Amino acid sequence: MAEAHPVGFQWVVEAKKRGARIIHVDPRFTRTSALAHQHVPIRVGSDIAFLGGIINYVLENELDFRDYVVNYTNAATIVSEDFQDTDDLDGLFSGFDPETRTYDPTSWQYASEDDGGEQHRSQASTSGDHVEHRDTAAGMQHESHGHTASAHPPRDETLQHPRCVFQVLKRHYARYTPEVVEQVCGVSPEDFLAVCRAWTENSGRERTTALVYSVGWTQHSVGVQYIRAGAILQLLLGNMGRPGGGIMALRGHASIQGSTDIPTLFNILPGYLPMPNAASHQTLTDWIDSVRNPGAKGFWANAGAYGVNLLKAYWGDAATPDNDFCFDYMPRITGDHGTYRTVLDMIDGKVKGYFLLGQNPAVGSAHGRAQRLGMANLDWLVVRDLFAIESATFWKDAPEIETGEIVTEECATEVFLFPAASHVEKEGTFTQTQRMLQWREKAVEPPGDATSELWFFYHLGRMVRERLADSSDERDRPVLDLAWDYPLHGDPEQVAAGWGEPSAEAVLKEINGFEVATGRPLSSFTEMKDDGSTLGGCWIYTGVYADGVNQAARRKSRHEQSPVAPEWGWAWPLNRRILYNRASADPEGRPWSERKAYVWWDPEKGEAGEWVGDDVPDFEKTKPPSYRAPEGSDGVAAIEGIDPFIMQGDGKGALYVPQGLVDGPMPTHYEPVESPFRNLLHGQQANPTRKEYRRADNPLNPVPEDGRPDVFPFVFTTSRLTEHHTAGGMSRYLEHLAELQPEMFVEVSPQLAAERGLEHMGWCHVITARSAIEGRVMVTERLRPLRVEGRTVHQVWMPYHWGQGGLVSGDSANDLFGISLDPNVLIQESKVGTCDVQPGRRPTGRALRDYVEGYATRSGAVDEVSTPIVTASSDAVRRSQEAQDEGKDQHAPHQVEDQ
Amino acid sequence: MIGRNSLYGPLDPAPDAGYAAPPPRKGFFTDTSVCIGCKACEVACKEWNDVPENLFEMLGTSYDNSHSLNANQWRHVAFIERPGTAPVPDRPAVDLGMPTVGAAPSDVPDEAKPDFQWLMSSDVCKHCTHAACLDVCPTGSLFRSEFGTVVVQDDICNGCGYCVAACPYGVIDRRQGPEGDPKVGIAQKCTLCYDRLTDNQRPACAQACPTESILYGDVEELRERANERVAALHEQGVMDARLYGNDPEDGVGGTGAFFLLLDEPEVYGLPPDPVVTTKDLPMMFKRAGMAGTAMLVGAALSFLRRPR
Repeated sequence: MAEAHPVGFQWVVEAKKRGARIIHVDPRFTRTSALAHQHVPIRVGSDIAFLGGIINYVLENELDFRDYVVNYTNAATIVSEDFQDTDDLDGLFSGFDPETRTYDPTSWQYASEDDGGEQHRSQASTSGDHVEHRDTAAGMQHESHGHTASAHPPRDETLQHPRCVFQVLKRHYARYTPEVVEQVCGVSPEDFLAVCRAWTENSGRERTTALVYSVGWTQHSVGVQYIRAGAILQLLLGNMGRPGGGIMALRGHASIQGSTDIPTLFNILPGYLPMPNAASHQTLTDWIDSVRNPGAKGFWANAGAYGVNLLKAYWGDAATPDNDFCFDYMPRITGDHGTYRTVLDMIDGKVKGYFLLGQNPAVGSAHGRAQRLGMANLDWLVVRDLFAIESATFWKDAPEIETGEIVTEECATEVFLFPAASHVEKEGTFTQTQRMLQWREKAVEPPGDATSELWFFYHLGRMVRERLADSSDERDRPVLDLAWDYPLHGDPEQVAAGWGEPSAEAVLKEINGFEVATGRPLSSFTEMKDDGSTLGGCWIYTGVYADGVNQAARRKSRHEQSPVAPEWGWAWPLNRRILYNRASADPEGRPWSERKAYVWWDPEKGEAGEWVGDDVPDFEKTKPPSYRAPEGSDGVAAIEGIDPFIMQGDGKGALYVPQGLVDGPMPTHYEPVESPFRNLLHGQQANPTRKEYRRADNPLNPVPEDGRPDVFPFVFTTSRLTEHHTAGGMSRYLEHLAELQPEMFVEVSPQLAAERGLEHMGWCHVITARSAIEGRVMVTERLRPLRVEGRTVHQVWMPYHWGQGGLVSGDSANDLFGISLDPNVLIQESKVGTCDVQPGRRPTGRALRDYVEGYATRSGAVDEVSTPIVTASSDAVRRSQEAQDEGKDQHAPHQVEDQ
Repeated sequence: MIGRNSLYGPLDPAPDAGYAAPPPRKGFFTDTSVCIGCKACEVACKEWNDVPENLFEMLGTSYDNSHSLNANQWRHVAFIERPGTAPVPDRPAVDLGMPTVGAAPSDVPDEAKPDFQWLMSSDVCKHCTHAACLDVCPTGSLFRSEFGTVVVQDDICNGCGYCVAACPYGVIDRRQGPEGDPKVGIAQKCTLCYDRLTDNQRPACAQACPTESILYGDVEELRERANERVAALHEQGVMDARLYGNDPEDGVGGTGAFFLLLDEPEVYGLPPDPVVTTKDLPMMFKRAGMAGTAMLVGAALSFLRRPR
C-alpha cells in the first residue's frame, strides 16, 4: 500500500501512531513492510489457502460474530442435498461438464421447502448458458445484482443442520489447517496465527476490521474467489455494513470505480445494467426481466425504470414507449469481446480499428508481444495520451522490430496520436473506492492541441453525425437519433466556431437524471419512471445533481460536520457512505455497541419509528426491524426488517453463493495456472473453469512432471514502484520522476543470486515460454526463499514500468505473461507465473525468439497445447457430472472453442 | 566555555544576524520512523525550485538513485537495508558490491532489534545555527534569513566554492550541469523554500509529504514534538530511536533541520559529530594576532637591543 498508494497510506501511519499493530502479508518486503510491525512473506498465488486457513480458524474456535452471522448472512440457509463439495470430488464441485469446463449450478442451490425437485431448477434457470456466462463475464452483473433465490428458503438458525451453509462452510475449510497453510503458502504457523489473532481480536461488537486490497489481488485465474474469501471472513466476523469495516479496493488509477459505475467494459452498461445479448435479449422486456428477476426479493425489482431512463438519456425524444425506447438501437454482444479476445482477434485479422485512451497495452497488458503484434495488424489505431507512448510508436520501435516480426515498411496500421489533457487540465469527477464522486475544476489550460476526452468524443460524434446527416440508411438511425447536444463553453472564439468545450456539469446533470417536461433534476432513483417522463444516464448516480446543485463539488470542512462528513463530495447510492449500513445495528435495530453506533432504529421518530444515524440509512426509512414479509411477496416488500443486504436475492450476506459464479459457490485453493507445485489439497490442479486461449502464440509454462526437466523452476510476480505509474506513460517521460528509478531491475534473494551466479547490479534475464527480458540484478534480503511442500522455492520480483520509449527505457515485465483468465470477469492472471533466471543479457534479434522457443520446447509448453486442464480423477469428474440438471440437453451444444 | 562566541555555541541565529524583531526560527523535523520512501519530497522540491535532473543512473544502493545531497538534489531520501540480525540458516556470503560504512556499535543489543529493517530517511540542508558556508562566503551571496535559515542568492554567488569545503555535512555544492543551465557553477542548496515562507506557505517538501515525516514549523516547538516522539517510541520498545541535530550544545549549535533516526547517524551517511568548520576562527584569529604581535614586538626588540 505504501508502494502504490502512498497518500492513502498516511492513514495507516496515523493508526500506527495511535497504537495500531500493522501486519503486512506480501511475497516481498516492501515500503509497506518497512513500516509494519510484522512482515509475513507468502508464496504468490496461495492466498485462498491462507484466507481459508483463517476462515477455518474462526469456525473451529467459534470466533464468528454469531448474532450477526445467524441474522444477516445465509449461514442458516439449507443447501440442496444434491450439492457435493471439492473434498468429495477431488477439487471439483458438483455439476461439472468436462467438455465445456463449466458448471451447471443446479445442485448448488438452496434446498426448497420439499427439498429437491423443481425449485433448484427455477433458481438456477437464469444461469442459462454457462459457456456464454463465462464468455461475457456475466458474473460481473452479479457484482451488484446478487444472486436470485426464493425469498424464504428453509433455514436452521441453530446452525446445526448438516446441510446448512454454516456447516457446509465448516466442512469445506476444515482441511485448511495451520499445517496446510505452512505447506502451501510457506507461512510459519506462528506468523499465520498472529494474523488470525489480529483479525479476530479486532472484530466483534466493539471493534471492526477493514479489508483493503489493491487490484493486483484480482489478477489471478481465481481472482474473484480471492475477494470472495475476504468477503466470507468479513461476514463471519461481522465487519460488513459497519463503520471501520468493509472491503475496499485501492485502484491503480483515479476513478477506476467510476469506470465500472459508468463502464468502459464490453459487458455492462452504466449502473451495472447488463449489455444486451443477441441471443437472450431480443426485446426490452427480455432485457429488463433478466435484471429484475421477477419474483425475486430486493431493489432490482425497479430495473425497468433504470433501463428506460438510460435509453432515454441516449436517444432523448426519439425514445418513446411505442418503439421500446429505441431498445433495438442498442448493440448486442454475442460472446467474448473482452480485451484479450479482441487482441487475439487482431492478430487473426478480425479487428480493423482500435481506440486507446490513457492506456498503454504495449507495456501494461499481459503478453506484450501479442498486444503489439495485434496492434500491428490493424487498419487504424487511435491513441489519446499525454505522450507518444509505446502503443503509438510500436510500428517503429517495438521489440518485435528487432526480431523481424514487425517490419516498419510493411506495418499497415495507421496510427492517429492525439494529445490528451491531463486531469488538472479538464473538469469532471473522480469516483473513488468508497463510491464517492469528487468534482475537480480545471486548474490550467491544456497545452497546445491537447483536449479533454469529453471534447474529443463530443466533437467526433458531432462530425460523424454531420457526415451521416443525409443518410437514409436504416443502420445510421441509432447515431442520427442520439441526443447529442451539450452546451459549449470555454474560449469564446472556439465556442462561436462550434469547437468549444462541452460542459461537464451538463453531462453530470444528464447522468443524474431529470424530468423531461420540466428539466427538474431528480433527487433519487426512486423518482425514475419507466414511461419516458424522466431520463437519467446512470441510476445509481441519481442525486449527485439533486436540487440542481453539483453535490460532488461540496467541500465542507470535516470540522464543521459529523464524523461521516456527508457534505464532502457525494457518494452513490443517495450519498450513503457505508453500503448495507442497516447491519451496523442489531436485529432489534439497536447499535451493536456504543462505540460502533452508526445507523439505528428510533421507535420515537416519525409516525411509527424511523432509521436514523450519522449516515443515510441503507434501508427503507420506516420499515421496522420487526417487519416480516407476507407470504408470496416479492421485490422490495419481501425484504424483511432483518435483511440488511437489500440487493441480494434473499437479503442476506452470502457466505455461500448458490449462483452467479462460474467457478464454484465457495473459494477453494487452486494452484496458479503456472506453478512449480502440485495442488496439495486435491487432484484438480488449477481453476478448471478458467478461460484459456490455447494457441501456438500463447504457450503456458507447464506444471513440472516427473521425468521432464523443470526448466521454469522459479515463481515470479510483478508490481509497482512508488516512483512510476503503471505502464510508465505518466512517469517515464518526466525527468523528475524518470530519474528516481531509471532502469529495469530484477529483485532476487541472496540465496538465488548464489544459486544462479547473479551479481548485484550485473545483468540478468528472465525467461518464460512467451519471452525473455533483461534487467539489472538487485540482490536483496527483502526477498527470501520460502519452504513450500517440503522444498525451497525462490520468488523473483520485477516492476513493470518500462518499455522502449520515454526518458528511461527497458524491457517490459508484462511480456513474460501469457493469457489465462478468471472465468467470472475475464481478468488476466498477471501476478504470478513461473520462470527461469540466468545471468547476463538476453539474446537479441532473431536469436531471442529461438532462445525462447528452445525453452518452451524443452519445458513441454509447446506440447501442452493439447494436454487437459481438468486434472481431477475421472471418477470424480463422472460423479460431478451426474449432478448436472437433466434439463441441460435442451441447450444447444457448444463449440468448445478453446481446445 | 572555550571558543564560545557568535561562531559557536547556542544562540538564536536571526537576531544574531542583526534582525531586530524576526519571526520565530523556522525549520524541519524529519521523523524517519514514519518515512515511507516515496520521494514526494524530492520531486516537490525540484518542481517548486526548478531544480534540474540529477542523474539518470541506477546506483544499486537499494532504492536510492539520487546518490546524495548536491546542487541538483536538495532533498535526498536514503534507503538502508539493515541486514537481519537473527541468524538465517544457509545464508551464503554474497558480495553485494555495496559500499559499507563503519558504524559505531549500537547501544541496543542485537536481540532487541528487528530481524530485518529497511530504513528510509529524507536528508536536507541542516540550516545550522552556526553555518560555516555563510561565514566563509566572500560575496555575501549566502545570507541568514529572518527565519533563521541559510539561503543562497544565485545572482551574487561568484562560484568560488569556499562554502563547499566549509560545510561539515557536504550539503552545498556548485551545479555541474545540465549544460546550458543558467546556474551552472553557482552554489546551490535548500533554501527552506524562502520564497514560500515569505508568503506564509509551508516548504514544498513538507507540503507534499504524505505521512508527516517532514514537519515544518517553529524550531522550538518542533524540538518539543521531537522529544515527545522519541519518548513515545522508546515506550513502544523502539530503543534505537534518537534525535540528530536537535542539541544546541552540539558542534554546530544545533540545526534548524533536525532528524529522528532509528540507527547511528553513520548508517544514514550523516557525520556523527559535526563541528562548524569556522568554530576555531576567533581563536585562530586571536592566535594569529598574538603571533603577529609577538613577531612585531620581537622585531622591535631586536632593534632596541641591537648592540652599538
